[in-house]
Amino acid sequence: MLLLAVNSGGLQSATRLPGFPTDSFLAFALAVPFVQGALLATINANVEFARDIQTGFLNRLALTPVRGIILLLGQLGGLMTIAVIQAVFYLVVGYAFGVRLASGVGGAFMLLVLEIVIALGFAALGSWAALRTGSTEAVQGLFPVFFVFLFLSSMNMPRNLIQADWFRWVATVNPVSYLVEAVRSLVIEGWNWEALALGFAAAGALSLIGFALSAHALYGRLERT
Amino acid sequence: MERENSIEAHGLVREFKKGPRAVDGIDLRVEPGEIYGFLGPNGAGKSTTVHMLTTLLPPTAGTATVAGFDVVKEGPKVRKAIGAALQEAALDPFLTGREHLRLQTTMHGITGEELRQRSDELLTRVGLTEAADRKIKGYSGGMKRRLDLALALVHRPRILFLDEPTTGLDVQSRTALWVEVGRLAKEEGVTVFLTTQYLEEADVLADRVGIIDHGVIVAEGTPEKLKSEISSSTVEAVPADPGQRGAVALVLERFGEQTTGYGPGSVAVQLSSPNGNLTEIVRALDADGVVLSQLQIHEPTLDDVFLAKTGRHLEGSGEEEEQGQELEAEPAQV
Repeated sequence: MLLLAVNSGGLQSATRLPGFPTDSFLAFALAVPFVQGALLATINANVEFARDIQTGFLNRLALTPVRGIILLLGQLGGLMTIAVIQAVFYLVVGYAFGVRLASGVGGAFMLLVLEIVIALGFAALGSWAALRTGSTEAVQGLFPVFFVFLFLSSMNMPRNLIQADWFRWVATVNPVSYLVEAVRSLVIEGWNWEALALGFAAAGALSLIGFALSAHALYGRLERT
Repeated sequence: MERENSIEAHGLVREFKKGPRAVDGIDLRVEPGEIYGFLGPNGAGKSTTVHMLTTLLPPTAGTATVAGFDVVKEGPKVRKAIGAALQEAALDPFLTGREHLRLQTTMHGITGEELRQRSDELLTRVGLTEAADRKIKGYSGGMKRRLDLALALVHRPRILFLDEPTTGLDVQSRTALWVEVGRLAKEEGVTVFLTTQYLEEADVLADRVGIIDHGVIVAEGTPEKLKSEISSSTVEAVPADPGQRGAVALVLERFGEQTTGYGPGSVAVQLSSPNGNLTEIVRALDADGVVLSQLQIHEPTLDDVFLAKTGRHLEGSGEEEEQGQELEAEPAQV
């Protein structure tokens, strides 16, 4: 939220650029905390997950009759719940500072659904790192890696207004851009089905890949018969 | 029914990637209702054995049945029949004792009134009723271990695995845990497989002891049988004048074979006769004009058994190997 406050204060003049989609940088930038928050929450929770592996807590759970995949779903479900709570908080803060969703109340619900899928993607990748390494440091080390993707996305500028060719290209191939743009479309544009489809596709792909990797790592980690 | 509480292993082996053979062909049988002490230094293979018997780690070779179920083919059935408190009391510092019990009980499919009753019963039994609603971060080591034991018992297991349950505990907490484990075996017929590196623990608590070193069981039997088989008493003498050490050795060697591992200035012999006569030893030393500052007779211990079987003392013997094998219980990296 601090980053949002700094950016929306300092970059308000960017809204005067020809073709900028809104006259409120706060509304434009509100999409960033949704993605960044999901990222932060899942990394922090997965650090705890790695600690559970280090301390043997996962072994305690593995000794119960509960199936391994249920343990993983429980972990991911908890992370998605945290992400939804955060998303509601960001919506309330945005509302308090005058941001009104162009997509209305239905858009707010769609945004929460999108947030769940985005959080699942990051959570699954974080869980994979935790299960693969069993190291809190390794999971913490993922955060800067993910953050690079966030900074090299369209988080601060619409892609069509990015002047540097290389940056525009990187932002275009970076899936995080589509997550940000899908959230942003609900805030400032209304129902942009193309942006939503791309956002859900990117988040869904991240989730599928992350879940497959973490499920594989779970069975390798548990090794139980 | 009784037979189903037993543990059996034949040629159990576990190898780790880039590591030593942590368990190297173990054969054992634990009878129903028995407390079996698995004694050995750090890195000997105790925890790896427990991980295999509790289905957390598949054996590289060999077979094992726990509660009548194969640990490889019938893992879920084994897990239903056993309770386990592993080496670290893995507890969440931000949950209370009662919340831990609720989580563990629910995961075993116990809900509603039965859950509440079972939790209260176990909290009372391990003496944590007053601390039940406090967060774990405020618990002492002994309280954590007692909660760990309660968690292992929520589903009324027939077989209980305790992996070094008293390591790091004070004498009072250790004794309290011994009492509870003894009660479980005697009153409820629970079979207990207990690993320990404490000689006293194995001696006091276990009906039978298996001594493991470098992944191999080097001795097995009741503590009394092992001690009587291996050694008779040892006499240790410290001359008042260190220059007389040789003379003391000459006298004592008439009564037995010299042994090592005692004080630096002392001479020790393991008596050749089980009922060695201390009076005769004193007379012989006196006749040779040797003045002693100290004379002690040591009854055989499980450490003597370990010494006889491995050439090393149990206490501290694992430390030099620990560094290389400290990950023995960790699953291979995926």
